[in-house]
Amino acid sequence: MSVLVDDDTRVVVQGITGGEGKFHAEQMMEYGTNVVAGAVPGKGGQEVSGVPVYDTVHEAVDEENADTSVIFVPPAFAGDAIFESLDSDLDLAVAITEGIPTQDMARVNKRLSETETRLIGPNCPGLITPGEAKLGILPGNIFAEGNVGLVSRSGTLTYQVVDSLTNRGIGQTTAIGIGGDPIIGTDFVDALELFEDDPDTDAIVMCGEIGGEDEEEAAAFIDDYVDTPVAGFIAGRTAPPGKRMGHAGAIVSGSGTGTAESKISALNDAGVPVGDTPEEVADHIEEFLA
Amino acid sequence: MKLHEYQAKTVFADAGIPTPDSQLASDVDGVVSAAEEIGYPVAVKAQVQVGGRGKAGGIKLVEDADEAREAADSILGMDLKGYHVDRVLVEEAVDFVNELYVGITMDRGEGKPVAMVSTKGGVNIEEVAEEDPDAIAREHIDPSFGMHPYQARKAVYDAGVDQSVARDVSSVLTTLYQLWDDKDGADAEINPLMVTADDEVIAADAVMNIDEDALFRQPELAEMEEEAAGGDELEQKADEYGFDYVRLDGNTGIIGNGAGLVMTTLDLVDHYGGEPANFLDVGGGAKAARIANALDMVFSDDNVDSVVFNIFGGITRGDEVARGINEALEQFDEIPKPVVVRLAGTNWEEGMEILNEDLVTVEQTLEDAVQRAVEYAGEVNDQ
Repeated sequence: MSVLVDDDTRVVVQGITGGEGKFHAEQMMEYGTNVVAGAVPGKGGQEVSGVPVYDTVHEAVDEENADTSVIFVPPAFAGDAIFESLDSDLDLAVAITEGIPTQDMARVNKRLSETETRLIGPNCPGLITPGEAKLGILPGNIFAEGNVGLVSRSGTLTYQVVDSLTNRGIGQTTAIGIGGDPIIGTDFVDALELFEDDPDTDAIVMCGEIGGEDEEEAAAFIDDYVDTPVAGFIAGRTAPPGKRMGHAGAIVSGSGTGTAESKISALNDAGVPVGDTPEEVADHIEEFLA
Repeated sequence: MKLHEYQAKTVFADAGIPTPDSQLASDVDGVVSAAEEIGYPVAVKAQVQVGGRGKAGGIKLVEDADEAREAADSILGMDLKGYHVDRVLVEEAVDFVNELYVGITMDRGEGKPVAMVSTKGGVNIEEVAEEDPDAIAREHIDPSFGMHPYQARKAVYDAGVDQSVARDVSSVLTTLYQLWDDKDGADAEINPLMVTADDEVIAADAVMNIDEDALFRQPELAEMEEEAAGGDELEQKADEYGFDYVRLDGNTGIIGNGAGLVMTTLDLVDHYGGEPANFLDVGGGAKAARIANALDMVFSDDNVDSVVFNIFGGITRGDEVARGINEALEQFDEIPKPVVVRLAGTNWEEGMEILNEDLVTVEQTLEDAVQRAVEYAGEVNDQ
């Protein structure tokens, strides 16, 4: 078992004819993901690595029964590409693109409240159910099948933590990168809810970072609803206020909101141990599973 | 991207928001002639992007030519919280009876813009928000529709703005939202919005921050960017190279890929008793030349005594990273600062074969790499 994706997932790649889109579509297929179509305006009728390309996402849904899209469209057009996937009755849209204007995402966010489609990202590495399917740019070889769910705002930090787990023989049900932007689709609370409801997920890792209040909300949710043990990590303890640490969302505001201390203490209060190092996170998970 | 006050005021004035008469000047004579033209009293205001300019001596009110000359002399060329002042705004001094606050920003928790109004203008609004949150009226806006006229009125009345100026303040707020929306604003703010004895409202300060990710569709604002730039020399260099870079106070230099992992590396330096000198994210898929540029950046920071280079490759390839490190280091007869490298993920084995291990120290784990770099930085300090 897993959450959101498995080997039945039928993927359309938006932007499959671009450099990134093509490379990662191939990587996804190599991993075993069922990539059934590409969608690129003006490129309908072509094939990329044996995958038929359509001009619109609607056609990909009608012709190939795609139920999930992965978006590798440049930032200027990515907001529109997300709208297209939300209006095509997909189950899931995964936006990898970094640098989408925030106001575009505010409009997407409003539309999300009116549709059944779930959005992951943007500015995220995607998600993976080891041994079944990966959607996005995660390096498949560091993951292993197992019983730990992982949710993270950062891509490479996810790899670091997963590597620590896999090296100890601890595999994952599904790992979800929710993205480092101020406005995202699926957030920590949504992901925690999915893992809590998944009978095969026996422990959860949650990797947050400075900025916003999503981790605090997640802590409150864990306190009220989550029985599965959760271990946390918060990046950015040493970040100075007012400086954006790479991710658009990773900033401690002048008034002191979004600090690592506030997030760590909220998680601790909810009974979630927070590791000082990625290895300590793996230590906690090992204890939970022992 | 932050606009300077004079740039933001031009943008606001062009949209019809009342602003005081003002002129930009960059030398003492320019200040005096601008002041004569506007008519005394005037304010002479340093154009640098730091808060608390007044307290730091960057804003002076002057009554005549002698005072104007004196103020210009002391402000132009001064170092204001690390920023060099090379321009001042000479501005008509407004006689006010009240100071209001109006602003638009993105409420990330709600994923929606929010309009804010307060009668406690003229002071740091973040302090007001903390000490007296009820003093700020807030109205969330549907970004796909825009601000309804009633919402502007509601925010203004909720804040307790006097009826005699409510209409004009609502109009300023409406214009401010339109500007924020049209120009891809991150924050747009007037603090204070002054109210005169004649019930006129006038924007005595102007803040406009633009979403960097939207500059591609804001060509006029992008042109202002260069003029707006400034600040730390190394941060400017990082802009040229296209790195996400933040300079800090410590002596352990840090290079990595991916914001979360680089932040984590900083935190680990601190955890193991060192002090991070910077945040530098090379981004995803960096090629050899970019890696070499990153090392050049960190080497040119005089505070740096050692460097930890941590790469966990997803789309970044270990062989490219290793080539970049070799390229950057082989040009030196003597390596300027010790470099500790940890490679993991995509193509790390190939990277390890390519990496010239005579030039760097290799560690297998993130924790070991950070500890080693902290140790090196400490040794330099002891000498």
